[in-house]
Amino acid sequence: MSDGIPLFEMRNIAKAYGGVRALEDAQLTVESGRIHAVLGENGAGKSTLIKIMSGVVQPDHGIMRLDGTEMRFATPKAANAAGIVCIFQELSLIPDLSVADNIAISGAPKRFGLIDRKAQRRFAEEALARAGAEDIHPLALVKDLPLSRRQMVEIAKALGRKPRILILDEATSALTAGDVAKVFTVLKRLRSEGLALLYISHRMQEIDELADDCSVFRNGRHVASYLQGSKSRGEVIEMMIGREYSHVFPAKPADGKAGAPSLEVTNLAWSQRLNDISFKARPGEIVGLGGLDGQGQRELLLALFGVLRGVSGDIAVGGEVRNLKNPRAAKAGATGMALIPEDRKTEGLMLPMSVKDNLTLPALDSLAKAGIIDRQREKDEVDRMVKLLAIKAANLDIPVGALSGGNQQKVVIAKWLMIGPKIILLNDPTRGIDVGTKQEIYQLLRKLADEGATILFYSTDYDELIGCCDRVLVMYDGSIVRELKGAEITEHALVSSAFSINETQAGERQIG
Amino acid sequence: MTRTLPDFVTRLDKPVLAAFGCIILLLLLGSLYSSSFLSPEYLLQQLQVASFLGLIATGMMLVILLGQIDLSVPWVVTVGGMMSTAAAGWGPMGAALAIPFGILCGMGMGLVSGIGIAYLRVPSMIFTLGVNAVAQGLMVLWTGGFAPQDHATDTMHFIATGRTILNIPNALFVWGVVAAIAIFILTRTTFGRAVYAIGNRERAAYLSGLPTQRVMMLAFMASGGLSAAAGVLLAGYSTKAYQGMGDPYLLPAVAAVVLGGTNILGGRGSYVGTIAGVILITLLQSMLSVMKIDEAGRQLIYGAVIISMLLVYGRQKKAG
Amino acid sequence: MGDFRYWLAEHKGTLLAFAVFVIMFGVYTGNHSAGFSPMVVMTAANKGVLLALVAMAQTLVVLTAGIDLSVGMIFVLANCLASQVVVGDTGQTTLGIICVLGAGVLCGALNGAIVIYGRLQPIVTTLATGAMFYGVALWLRPVPGGDVNSDLADALTDQVGGVPTSLLVLLGIVALVWVPLRRSEVGRAIYAIGSSEPAAYMSGVSIDKARFTAYAVSGLLSACGGLMLTFITYSGEASASIGGSYTLNSIAAVVIGGVSLFGGAGSAIGAIFGAFVLRTIGDLLFVFDFDPLWQPLFQGVILLLAVTLGSFRLLRLKNRLDLFG
Repeated sequence: MSDGIPLFEMRNIAKAYGGVRALEDAQLTVESGRIHAVLGENGAGKSTLIKIMSGVVQPDHGIMRLDGTEMRFATPKAANAAGIVCIFQELSLIPDLSVADNIAISGAPKRFGLIDRKAQRRFAEEALARAGAEDIHPLALVKDLPLSRRQMVEIAKALGRKPRILILDEATSALTAGDVAKVFTVLKRLRSEGLALLYISHRMQEIDELADDCSVFRNGRHVASYLQGSKSRGEVIEMMIGREYSHVFPAKPADGKAGAPSLEVTNLAWSQRLNDISFKARPGEIVGLGGLDGQGQRELLLALFGVLRGVSGDIAVGGEVRNLKNPRAAKAGATGMALIPEDRKTEGLMLPMSVKDNLTLPALDSLAKAGIIDRQREKDEVDRMVKLLAIKAANLDIPVGALSGGNQQKVVIAKWLMIGPKIILLNDPTRGIDVGTKQEIYQLLRKLADEGATILFYSTDYDELIGCCDRVLVMYDGSIVRELKGAEITEHALVSSAFSINETQAGERQIG
Repeated sequence: MTRTLPDFVTRLDKPVLAAFGCIILLLLLGSLYSSSFLSPEYLLQQLQVASFLGLIATGMMLVILLGQIDLSVPWVVTVGGMMSTAAAGWGPMGAALAIPFGILCGMGMGLVSGIGIAYLRVPSMIFTLGVNAVAQGLMVLWTGGFAPQDHATDTMHFIATGRTILNIPNALFVWGVVAAIAIFILTRTTFGRAVYAIGNRERAAYLSGLPTQRVMMLAFMASGGLSAAAGVLLAGYSTKAYQGMGDPYLLPAVAAVVLGGTNILGGRGSYVGTIAGVILITLLQSMLSVMKIDEAGRQLIYGAVIISMLLVYGRQKKAG
Repeated sequence: MGDFRYWLAEHKGTLLAFAVFVIMFGVYTGNHSAGFSPMVVMTAANKGVLLALVAMAQTLVVLTAGIDLSVGMIFVLANCLASQVVVGDTGQTTLGIICVLGAGVLCGALNGAIVIYGRLQPIVTTLATGAMFYGVALWLRPVPGGDVNSDLADALTDQVGGVPTSLLVLLGIVALVWVPLRRSEVGRAIYAIGSSEPAAYMSGVSIDKARFTAYAVSGLLSACGGLMLTFITYSGEASASIGGSYTLNSIAAVVIGGVSLFGGAGSAIGAIFGAFVLRTIGDLLFVFDFDPLWQPLFQGVILLLAVTLGSFRLLRLKNRLDLFG
């Protein structure tokens, strides 16, 4: 670290969302001409940290200094003006505008007060070239570009703002291997030009290649900062995971499950995204879905739940092939399937509706006669679920949106338990919730399995797969590439099988 | 009793109370002008007139709860009026079936809207506009080509204007029954729960295994049927059906629903609020005309009052 | 030519509306007894320009993902005001025109202020302000009548070398109002907030300013329409049904013109042709000797079919969740 005033520093930053602490006493120091990697698990507070840096949210307290001067950014615009530019995970591009319009969205070159399209186009072409994306036409509409190209536009847009500090939040997650290489060259050039780069990624080898400094965050706290290379990978992972993590999982039953499979999938395929998927799952089993994010796990769950159109292959439940053409059919009596979706705010819950109304939604038909809800039974069932999952709510008539994230997630799970599902599909159910609730969910899953449910559990968190699952199916590019059983499920095995195809075909296939 | 009372109170959220407060305020202000505004006869008369709007607003509320809008009200009302009076011309059998026939035709128009919006996913704003134009086209063709019979049956006249029990207008009874059914459906049935769920987030409702598209289609059918029913009553009220009879009802219906606290983006609102909104709009219109304020002033005050009431309690939360 | 492809993609909706209009108008004049004569074109233009202006007004608000149910009433209000003040000598007439256009801007600005600062939904806001504008119109002109500078009116509804003046006026308004707006930063911001307000916010776009401009300019364009109406009819009339039908037709014109009701995509030029298409439908029936009674039905069915065409995309849908946006 240089001995002078750092380019940018954050001290004692804290931020809570509706009672849930996202950041507490966070520190960060950024120097120019260096690439600073921020590491941490999902929910470690990285996103909040950069949102505060770039003016999207305001810290509850703490100070930020740029060149030693205290700063506050009320809006992203203010942060941009100070030279801090962020490339967000959720794209900030405007879909209906052209690439050039997007790159020059603020501060376009003007003539006679109007946007000078020629100059703007030159500006955009320059920015695209700087990002190594000359192949993107500046007049193309952003909505017509594939995701990986959009991400390149996003990078070009950020560069067009002549930043002093450039933040990349999982900016490579949607890129092809070729693009990643190009972006890396660009980032290294920017570093040599004296920019400060803040790099957030889950991919350790990217950090190994790029970073100069690293900071690790865990549960909203800054754990350590160190020079890249000064710690072993094992030490880094230990810092990220922490010790409190090891005993949260319930014991797994010793014996493998026998008996007839309750769910049997044969040669399932959909579009280009799912290829020839076959597997069986038995009652009492928790089957994990592993692999890198976005390898078709989400699509597989949706296909099973009847959401996707044009799915080929067979889905047999309880030995009988079913034609599931919508979630309504999938949840119906004999099939008894439930899907805990990925995004509880848009897919799992109706936030303004009451806890009670949310809870009973999937099971409503069974609580009603001729379409008329039996209020006593409804109340009984709701009470049963609230007790079973220990949902903490002031009362059951408040909007579910007023609950904490963990309790919201419990409601999503509880509403499906009410139908007494035989097969439970979970799509990353612990994302963004606190450790305590996570632990309760793990216990619950094991309990449900012991009671005879079949559980298909997709998680982006390897520890969960290791701790919870009896078997793990590792997916890559829409196919199941490996099955891990019992003691075979280790972090090493999960990572290596998630990447295994990668190593041999890195040049031609997409990552992420 | 102990259970239903708090239920009832919690359901009366702030906008609903505010709407009822406005009604009382309006009556008090009116009584300063003339004590006749508080006479039972005047109030009953207003409720009778409000019944027509009440039926339309019921359908409109269903649709708005879904996060949609029904702009086909004007001509579907006319369809109801004209088709029922037309049926009345087809002998005694026709006269007997006049009312159901008129309502059925309205449901037909609603069915078309529902299919277009729920299954073809065309925005309701434009699709119901198209259905309105088609309904208009059909009615113009009907009245122009055949010079049809346009007189209401005695039954229609009786229901719309008569008074049977306790001097209470029959039309008010009709609205009362519709209101009771609407409240029951919205609070006690799976259909009602689905309507709220879809209005909040259709995606999540679908993933909860609700038949979202069917519910949406049925809601538009109901809206069409209720508009047509109002048309039938209106034809009975003025003894005949005529072109443009539904024109004055679209905007007041939307305004009544929104003033009653229903979120225009869907998902939130109670029928009690809609009742308040309907009465509020009707009273406002009537008092402005009784006070001999000319039409210009009436419109101006009418719009300004709606805006100011919404500014007081209908604001959306600031995003972000 | 690579650029051309992107240009085409961006203006697909507008071009389609233009093509439909050219074909329909071709069929119309081809079958008209007087053929493609200046007289026929002029009558058509005078009718079309009014709706075109209101449709342009609607476009601006729709681009921000809002809807303006008061455009028709601003149109009527401008008509009534013009029939009072656009009279007398040149100076007085000029002042009158400025007054009418200013009133339009004021109406639009009121809408914008309520939507932005009052945080009410555009649909309810404009529904209520529409009633207010109509009230003002009635107050200005309780019974139909009034007058307008007839020299100016004659000039603006006549033709110059075979081209209807009203079309030239429309062209002028496009050149003076729409084109500069479209090319300005505010104009781009209008598209941006309609396309994705969160992304626009993240990108540092001035959201309130853009939205306010959209409503204010929308009011101005509606007032231009009302002014033209006065020049065509030589009088003012506070008619709720005229206002209502212009509002509803403006929405239809906007959709036919390829403007997305979800905001962010489309062009006022498209809406102009959408308006022309709507107006030509009626004329078409006339030249084919259809019973005029069939006209409204025909118009309605065409509108329904036009908006349903987009549903073919549903057939290609692979993930049913995409149905719900």
